[in-house]
Amino acid sequence: MPTVKVDGQEIEVPAGATVLQACELAGKEIPRFCYHERLSIAGNCRMCLVEVKPGPPKPQASCALPATEGQEIRTDSEMVKKAREGVMEFLLINHPLDCPICDQGGECDLQDQSMAYGRGATRYDENKRAVTEKYMGPLIKTTMTRCIHCTRCVRFSEEIAGVDEIGALYRGENMQITTYLEHAAKHELSANVIDLCPVGALTSRPYAYEARPWELKKTLGIDVMDAMGANIRIDSRGREVLRALPRVNDDVNEEWLSDKSRYAVDGLTRRRLDKVWIRKRGKLEAATWDEAFKKIKAAKPGKDIAAVYGDLLDCETMFAAKALLGAMGSTLIEGRQTGMTYDTSNLAAVNFNTTLSEIENADAVLIVGSQIRHEAPLLNVRLRKAAKRGAKVFIVGPEWETTYPATFLGNDLAVLNSLSSDVTDAFSKAERPAIIVGGAALGRGALGKALALAKEWNVVKDGWNGFNSLHFSASRMGGLMLGLAQKGGMADLAAAKPKVLLALGADEVDFTKFPDALKVFIGHHGDKGAHAADIILPAAAYTEKAGTYVNIEGRVQRSEKAVFAPGDAREDWTILRALADALGVTVGFDSFDQLRAAMFADTPALANEGLADLGGELPAGGGDASGVIEAYPVADFYLTNAICRASPTMQRCSAELLHGEDLAEAAE
Amino acid sequence: MADRYIEPVTAELRERWGAFAFTPAWDKKAKAAIARYPDGRQKSAVMALLDFAQRQVGEETNTQGWLPIPVMEYVAGYLDMPVIRVVEVATFYTMYNLVPVGRFHVQVCGTTPCWLRGSDEVMETCKKRGMKKGHTTEDGLWTLTEVECMGNCASAPMVQINDDNFEDLTGERLDAVLDALAEGKSPKAGTQEPGRHTVEPVGGPTTLTEMVDANHDYRGEW
Repeated sequence: MPTVKVDGQEIEVPAGATVLQACELAGKEIPRFCYHERLSIAGNCRMCLVEVKPGPPKPQASCALPATEGQEIRTDSEMVKKAREGVMEFLLINHPLDCPICDQGGECDLQDQSMAYGRGATRYDENKRAVTEKYMGPLIKTTMTRCIHCTRCVRFSEEIAGVDEIGALYRGENMQITTYLEHAAKHELSANVIDLCPVGALTSRPYAYEARPWELKKTLGIDVMDAMGANIRIDSRGREVLRALPRVNDDVNEEWLSDKSRYAVDGLTRRRLDKVWIRKRGKLEAATWDEAFKKIKAAKPGKDIAAVYGDLLDCETMFAAKALLGAMGSTLIEGRQTGMTYDTSNLAAVNFNTTLSEIENADAVLIVGSQIRHEAPLLNVRLRKAAKRGAKVFIVGPEWETTYPATFLGNDLAVLNSLSSDVTDAFSKAERPAIIVGGAALGRGALGKALALAKEWNVVKDGWNGFNSLHFSASRMGGLMLGLAQKGGMADLAAAKPKVLLALGADEVDFTKFPDALKVFIGHHGDKGAHAADIILPAAAYTEKAGTYVNIEGRVQRSEKAVFAPGDAREDWTILRALADALGVTVGFDSFDQLRAAMFADTPALANEGLADLGGELPAGGGDASGVIEAYPVADFYLTNAICRASPTMQRCSAELLHGEDLAEAAE
Repeated sequence: MADRYIEPVTAELRERWGAFAFTPAWDKKAKAAIARYPDGRQKSAVMALLDFAQRQVGEETNTQGWLPIPVMEYVAGYLDMPVIRVVEVATFYTMYNLVPVGRFHVQVCGTTPCWLRGSDEVMETCKKRGMKKGHTTEDGLWTLTEVECMGNCASAPMVQINDDNFEDLTGERLDAVLDALAEGKSPKAGTQEPGRHTVEPVGGPTTLTEMVDANHDYRGEW
């Protein structure tokens, strides 16, 4: 713990800290471009110069200088001021003065820092350098003349994403940042380089020229595109959500966000259900709420009512459905739309117990049936960190392109019954072993065998719980905590032959199994569910309602309402509340606050934000695993739910990045 | 240098170089280069391998050699490293040619010492033969590049042609060198000044004269 003096103030800093970190601890602002907390230190922008004694009598780059005992650091001296002004003047030599037409304007590090630390005018009157634009795919718009060569994007794709595709070519003034042969950046986190770029060289292509940051209303939200519960900031103007950006939460998403979560928001204004529809003589016709409710009442469901909930739902909606069905005398609610079944009696067995931040410390990982990059891109970042620290990774399932060294053990789950000595050795020696059971394995009954392996390898020990199930539906853990699952899954619902089936944003259900039911779709997008429905009640998407979401690790998080739902669409719980009136039952709440209170009374674990205590030890498990994983559940990463499928950006990503269509020309 | 660019990757280029592989002789050298580094650090040999690849391309095309993208991809695969990292190295160092060059790559130094000693005349001599900066002559014999200091200031002006330096040039002397090269001879590399061997002072030493024949202790004379 060295003690250093920053501007005369003595502070103790952690061992291994840099001078820059010491200054930050002392509350001093150090301007920087290339330095980033989560990336390696490059030291090439020189903006963070400070004066350090003892040392050479010249300013030093604080980001790359270790803080040592007795250092005297000055951030306010004349030398530092002059050094910053000089660096800034050099950086601006080749930077175009196109701020008025630059999308970074208003949230640009260079703009802000030149205001704060620059000298106000340039003395340079030669020609500026110009750089040709580079194609980086459908998500990243480039204006490479603005690039100041901080190499954050290069370091991100190499270190965090693990996909080496961005590089700095040539040298000196001619250095250019580009993807290899100007191919599109092809990984699930590519757009994070836009946030990292301190200038307007890499900006968001779909959001180009849409808005200025100061026009936007910022709402704190939770992402629902996968089950990670990434913290997002929803930027909206008027009734339109313009973009979603990651918020920093070290426990969940650090400060990254998958491309899907970031860019699917343009699907929120397309293919929306904004009025009530009733199917008459095989055709959907616009109708009123009253007509719809009357028709549902006329079906006289009684206790023959069932509900299936979709992947994007908040806990409040699911609880309102539970309350409605409860009042009708039914418990037939299920959310595993595709018919997956697994034992949900012990939530600890279907939870990501290790937690997202701890999985980085695992030293042996067995992934059973999960294409992590597509099912949970942000978890893949964590696993990559674990692998970089030396964790051995084994994967059961069809091969996919990992971003870290991993051994594939084959498609057949039966391999779990007689694992090779490599795997058993690695796990018996591991101090922090982890098992991750993905959707493809859960659906094939591998949970029991995985639990047995967990016991055998002793993955639960003091301060470490290495047993994890991995879901990819944002609603899954919330639904399971609310107890909304049938033993036999969707088959139980079909067998009960309900008179009315409420489909709450459920688009992946095989509705042909319910030929006699009156199918009521309550959702926000005209997708597969709406196509099969008899009655459509327009509801709100995740940005249009406040809600509680539980992510894979059982973390309860709340999202706020950013905009109003379009047209006649209402928040889901109000629809269910009105439906209760129509059906002549009481659900016990009249307002959102009452609904939440009732939900907390029903499931107290949802009352507190943060990791829920799911209690209980892991069940013993047992049995043998069998079955071959032909393919992973996520067939097309960019088109996994109704919002993505309505998003032109996601459609284009799917076509260009996954199916190799050449759309580059069309975009120019 | 500012006009360096990567040869566009066309179907023809892929067809010509897609099957590139080290010949046994270069392969042996490549393995030896990799063996200089610890296990798992084989990437460190990238500069040596790019040089070997460029030389092999040179042998195949009877030129100084260059690095088509498929060849860089081969080197990346050889070292199990991302291609973009190889391209970064190849584009950084100017001794890797990114576009095809001629049989002889004439690199004329134009930095101040050479310029003061007559690099303009040297450049003019080259241009008289039809060479143009950054281009290869139509007969495929010469590629002309102007470069910065090559460290031969004591025998300026100089040019580097492929692996050899030719120093103390005048227009005539360069002409003689170029003629010899064109005829397939190997002119003497190094200084072209008659009677000079390396960069020793022309006309004998003017300082430390006592040291010419034997070691001399100057300390008492300071």
